[in-house]
Amino acid sequence: MSAREAPTPYWLGLLPALALLVLFLVPFGIMLAVSVAGREAGGFFTWGFDLASYARVFSPFVGRILVTSVAIALGAAILAVALALPFTVILGGMSRRAQTVVLVVLLSALSLSEVIIGFSVNTLLSQTAGVGNLLAWLGLLEAPRAFTPGLFALMTGLVYLSFPYAVLVLYPPVARLDPELAQAARTMGASPLRTFATVTVPLLRAPILGATILVFVFVLGSYLLPQVLGRPQHWTLSVHITDQAIYQSNLPFAAAMAVLLLAVALALVGLSLLVTRERRTGT
Amino acid sequence: MNDLALRDLTKRFGPVAAVDGVTLDIPGGKFICLLGPSGCGKTTLLRLIAGLEDPSEGRILVGDEDITDRPAHRRDFGMVFQSLALFPHLSVGDNVAYPLAIRGRPRAERERRAAELLDLVRLPGMAGRRIHQLSGGQRQRVAIARGLAVDPSLFLLDEPLSALDANLREHMQVELRQLQTRLGVTTLVVTHDQKEALTMADLVIVMDKGRVQQMGAPMEVYRDPANAFVAGFIGSSNLLLATLLDRTTVEVAGRRILLSPEDRVKAEPGPVLLSVRPEDVRLAPEGLLARVTFVRDLGESVQLVLDQGGREMTALFAPRDRPAANVGDEVRLAFAPGGVVVLRP
Repeated sequence: MSAREAPTPYWLGLLPALALLVLFLVPFGIMLAVSVAGREAGGFFTWGFDLASYARVFSPFVGRILVTSVAIALGAAILAVALALPFTVILGGMSRRAQTVVLVVLLSALSLSEVIIGFSVNTLLSQTAGVGNLLAWLGLLEAPRAFTPGLFALMTGLVYLSFPYAVLVLYPPVARLDPELAQAARTMGASPLRTFATVTVPLLRAPILGATILVFVFVLGSYLLPQVLGRPQHWTLSVHITDQAIYQSNLPFAAAMAVLLLAVALALVGLSLLVTRERRTGT
Repeated sequence: MNDLALRDLTKRFGPVAAVDGVTLDIPGGKFICLLGPSGCGKTTLLRLIAGLEDPSEGRILVGDEDITDRPAHRRDFGMVFQSLALFPHLSVGDNVAYPLAIRGRPRAERERRAAELLDLVRLPGMAGRRIHQLSGGQRQRVAIARGLAVDPSLFLLDEPLSALDANLREHMQVELRQLQTRLGVTTLVVTHDQKEALTMADLVIVMDKGRVQQMGAPMEVYRDPANAFVAGFIGSSNLLLATLLDRTTVEVAGRRILLSPEDRVKAEPGPVLLSVRPEDVRLAPEGLLARVTFVRDLGESVQLVLDQGGREMTALFAPRDRPAANVGDEVRLAFAPGGVVVLRP
């Protein structure tokens, strides 16, 4: 065997490449084709090249939904990462054993389906069985009230759903952080909180951005929780895509909105990567 | 300069005492080396002083003030870590000025002080560089400058030179010592390298198994080791099993040897250990019988490896005193007056 041969044979990569092609690129191609297909009144479509669906996509109505979707996804991503970051840093300082236990619990939370999380949060925040009763009992509320549906309930559900992913993205770089860096800051007069702000967070800038992007994209595709926990004005583009595709039987319009969603998501992710790269070479 | 005092300081990790009842008085303004083999507790002791570990028992005092319960960030000590712990996200200047930024000093003052400190460690004009653009020796200097940024009352260094290659390390030892002499800051350096300790220190504290074995000036520790561990750890020493008959006579391998008045006797009559430095071993017409097993020409000195009744001994000579002995020759050994320390086994 020659020394220059790669330890992993290249053909091993063919299988995932093929899977990507068949399972992602082909359906995406079909979706692109459907998005320019002509709509039939009967509920189906005919292949062709008709930009009518795109004309509907570029309307103030869809624009408003898009802005709502991006705002909700961004808000959920920032909240989830803001909670996950201190959580993960504290986790990283615990004993190996405790870390394993916490990570296992976290992974088991991942196994819960979106449906279960949605209805659990719904029950938890409901008028009859929810925390409103507890607050009323404590005297903080005059009478039990529901906190769902609404933006608060929706954010709670989305953050619950995406928190484990944020922790899992942040955990490896946090575990690799040299503890002496934070200790050095302590010996130089920084309190634990200032050490976190001036050393730990800047060192984790790339993973923080990575986790935020992951959760953002993940939440952008969420279509169940906005329906269960949100009011109609909180419905994301994904909800409307589902609505159009399944209930309105308007597949071309649904496909065109999906293409828009994908384009916006890619553009935002690309932009954030570009901004951080420029900052890195700039300083 | 305030003196540092440790009172019965103990740190246990589970059942293991890494630092075991250490009581020390460290005079201010001195350069002190904490010396010992790896795992002897010297780094833990340094971290206790820095406030990075909480002692299981005991007190730490600076001057008359008890600082045992003061958190690390309120102790105002400077510390250099073994990994250096420079911040990769900050420039060299911002690293050095970090302690000032934490104290809310204005930017102009921070920049002036960083430039001053970088001049001090002979890295002028490097403030704008990134950490990864520096060589190992330059990073070392940046870490030292950062540790000195707020004029600490105590400067702690944990194996600061261990990552450098041999030449650079010797150079930095001298430089660090000169810097300390100039600034007069009480400096406590952890090292496992006895040469480094002897080169730099006013005072050497030898540790083993979590306890202080001896504290003294380098030559004192070298010439007059308190026990067999110190004798074996500092420099190379010939340790011979012997019997002390009275204050002036020992018996080694069936031969009686008269001790000179300058030899130090630190044991009661009975079984003892003789510690003799290689440079104090002489060839003589009368004395211990030994066979030469190896001759090592080191240029600055000649080393004879000897087999003395199954024990290996070494003798060191200046080249001009080179004995006319070859491998396989039988020789007789005597010890220079004052070169023998009689220790408890």
